Amino acid sequence: MKTLLKGGRVVDPANRIDGVCDVLIDGDRIARVGRDLSVDGATVIEIPQDLVVCPGFIDMHVHLREPGQEHKETVATGTAAAVAGGFTAVACMPNTTPVNDSANVTSLILSKAAAANLARVYPIGAVSKGSKGELLADIAELKSAGCVAITDDGHPVATAMLLRRAMEYAGMFDMPVIEHCEDPSLKADGVAHEGYQASTLGLRGIPGAAEALGVERGILLSELTGSGFHVAHMSARQSIRAVRKGKEAGVKVTCEVAPHHFTLTDDLLAAPIPYDTNAKMNPPLREAADRDAMLAGIADGTVDVIATDHAPHHYDEKKVEFDRAPFGIIGLETAIPLALDRLVHAGLIRLPRLVELMSVNPAHILRVPGGSLAVGSPADVTILAPDLKVRIDAQKMRSRSKNTPFDGWELRGGVAATIVGGRILYAEESFGSFGTFGSFVGS
Amino acid sequence: MSVEQMESTTALTALRHKHLLSTADLSPEEITLVLDTAEAMKEVGARSIKKVPALRGKTVVNLFFEPSTRTRTSFEIAEKRLSADTLNIAIATSSVVKGETLADTALTLEAMAPDMIVIRHSSSGAPYLLSRICRSAIINAGDGTHEHPTQALLDAFTIRERKKRLSGLKVAIIGDLLHSRVLRSNVHLLTTMGAEVWVCGPPTLVPTDVQRLGVRVTHSIEEAVRDADVVMLLRIQLERMEGAFFPSLREYFAVFGMTEARLHLAKPDVMIMHPGPMNRGVEIASEVADGPYSVILDQVANGVAVRMAVLYLLAGGAADEDAA
Repeated sequence: MKTLLKGGRVVDPANRIDGVCDVLIDGDRIARVGRDLSVDGATVIEIPQDLVVCPGFIDMHVHLREPGQEHKETVATGTAAAVAGGFTAVACMPNTTPVNDSANVTSLILSKAAAANLARVYPIGAVSKGSKGELLADIAELKSAGCVAITDDGHPVATAMLLRRAMEYAGMFDMPVIEHCEDPSLKADGVAHEGYQASTLGLRGIPGAAEALGVERGILLSELTGSGFHVAHMSARQSIRAVRKGKEAGVKVTCEVAPHHFTLTDDLLAAPIPYDTNAKMNPPLREAADRDAMLAGIADGTVDVIATDHAPHHYDEKKVEFDRAPFGIIGLETAIPLALDRLVHAGLIRLPRLVELMSVNPAHILRVPGGSLAVGSPADVTILAPDLKVRIDAQKMRSRSKNTPFDGWELRGGVAATIVGGRILYAEESFGSFGTFGSFVGS
Repeated sequence: MSVEQMESTTALTALRHKHLLSTADLSPEEITLVLDTAEAMKEVGARSIKKVPALRGKTVVNLFFEPSTRTRTSFEIAEKRLSADTLNIAIATSSVVKGETLADTALTLEAMAPDMIVIRHSSSGAPYLLSRICRSAIINAGDGTHEHPTQALLDAFTIRERKKRLSGLKVAIIGDLLHSRVLRSNVHLLTTMGAEVWVCGPPTLVPTDVQRLGVRVTHSIEEAVRDADVVMLLRIQLERMEGAFFPSLREYFAVFGMTEARLHLAKPDVMIMHPGPMNRGVEIASEVADGPYSVILDQVANGVAVRMAVLYLLAGGAADEDAA
């Protein structure tokens, strides 16, 4: 079956394409990209010229919570949220119950993903057995079961020695080590960024230095081992500085920033809802200088990836005293509007750079297919509506959890449609039912 | 002006807030109103029959998740002197962990329709959670390391009683600033009223960016105390040594202890204050605590009058909302 996406601005930086083009999909693959294609027997979808056709966006930092925490999220609800948020693939973190430190858990996640048949799912395995920081997990087994990287996310790898060994060992399989960078003794029992707001609100602080120490440790070990090192959810200006220096020195370090860290500051702890537990995440929302450093790093190329750290938590778990609430917010269904509004429309970056941050680079770092509309690539396509007026409505989200601080926000830019393996799995309301993609959704 | 006379004036409902959560929310006029009202309340405490009917028919719940003697008894006496029906609920934190959440406890209480809830909790911000769930007026009686508004109000009352003003006074607050809810409430209130506030402690016990609250920070107790009108000591918790905040109590006392020798640097009519409970020989020498400049027991006595004023004013606001 052939589908022709006709018209629309195609932004495919991997193939140096940025202009009005047609994209021909044959089955689950990209068959051709070019101007004024005419193909016999193809279903033609006329794409308005103000929409942007991109290789599928990949969120490389998502907590799908299955197995073991299905009250927060499942592979099915999480991947439904992903396609609704414009992501054609997600990489899921191993801090499930049990931890994804074996082929059994990896296979379970992949079978759930196959049953849901929505966004692609790339499991990330644990560095250590049970993520306990003692013994290495069976990394070769994880790799052959389908894991694309390893991490003890939720916590840093317990010791520098174990992190070194993990890098050396995983380097053999060309698997990156993703690190939740944090010095545990400096983070201690902190619950918020150490700064004016935490001081005023009487919340225990987590200094930016706690994160940067972990970043520096990983960079030094990456240099020592020659293996790839990826910094997860970066939030502190000192971390940006460390990565920038590491890259200048030729170290194989990459990093990601979450939309909440380039959008929000710790002012959200105080207003509009004092002690809002949806302002609580780890790493924490930091001060304006840190937020601005994330924006600068995105603009100058230091930051490689925008990833959401989608961390669903049940309503009951968040409706408690601030210091008792779990860390984390959901992000799959708000990332693209925030990125378009705060990065592209703010004039910080252009669309091709956004596609690098959210498609090309995550595919490259995880060594997974995608990030390109080259002939023969999977037909994973994200179609953006950069001028769509979006009003975030948590209750309408596909995620099982609604823990977002962005509820009610009005943003410029959204997702028009999400295509995975040639199937249109999502179309935004105004482009659905009676719109551009209406009769094709789910086909 | 007596309480009976005050009931007929419209100025009584001038508190612009339904709850008392933070002194940062209070304007100079509101603070003055509370302190003026407390003066009238103090007069009630001097009578042979220490009771007025101001809160008759009102129910006040004292919801204490942390052990507290002075604050809880102070509130309870204040409520009884105002003729409120009071209910004390002391919940050990451990049993909360096992069972009900704060939100559910709040809903359960709410179903019994109290007019006011006085809450003491070990988590900063807990009273805000309560205020979002309950229709009752919430009074923060100390939340974690955040605030203790009625303590700051009674401190201000005690200062004003002696000095006749707050504006322009040099107030030095010395001790464990980082973990002190009394500090935060006092800083907001005193800076709002135009006092010159100095804070002093080892750098390990000074909150980040505290100078942004409009205070001067020093690590020299001599500099803090010099020419001070008021010196307020904060409790040093013994377990802070384990967190390596300072090496020993002995060394703390040597560097930051309020001694008679240091007292002489202050103004001749300096007031020595402490919210209690004190560690004698740690943050304050006994000679100073028991000496002629100490107003520590006045603070306790004034606590009742100030809490009566807060309860009274918040109940008035609540009644108006019902009428509307």
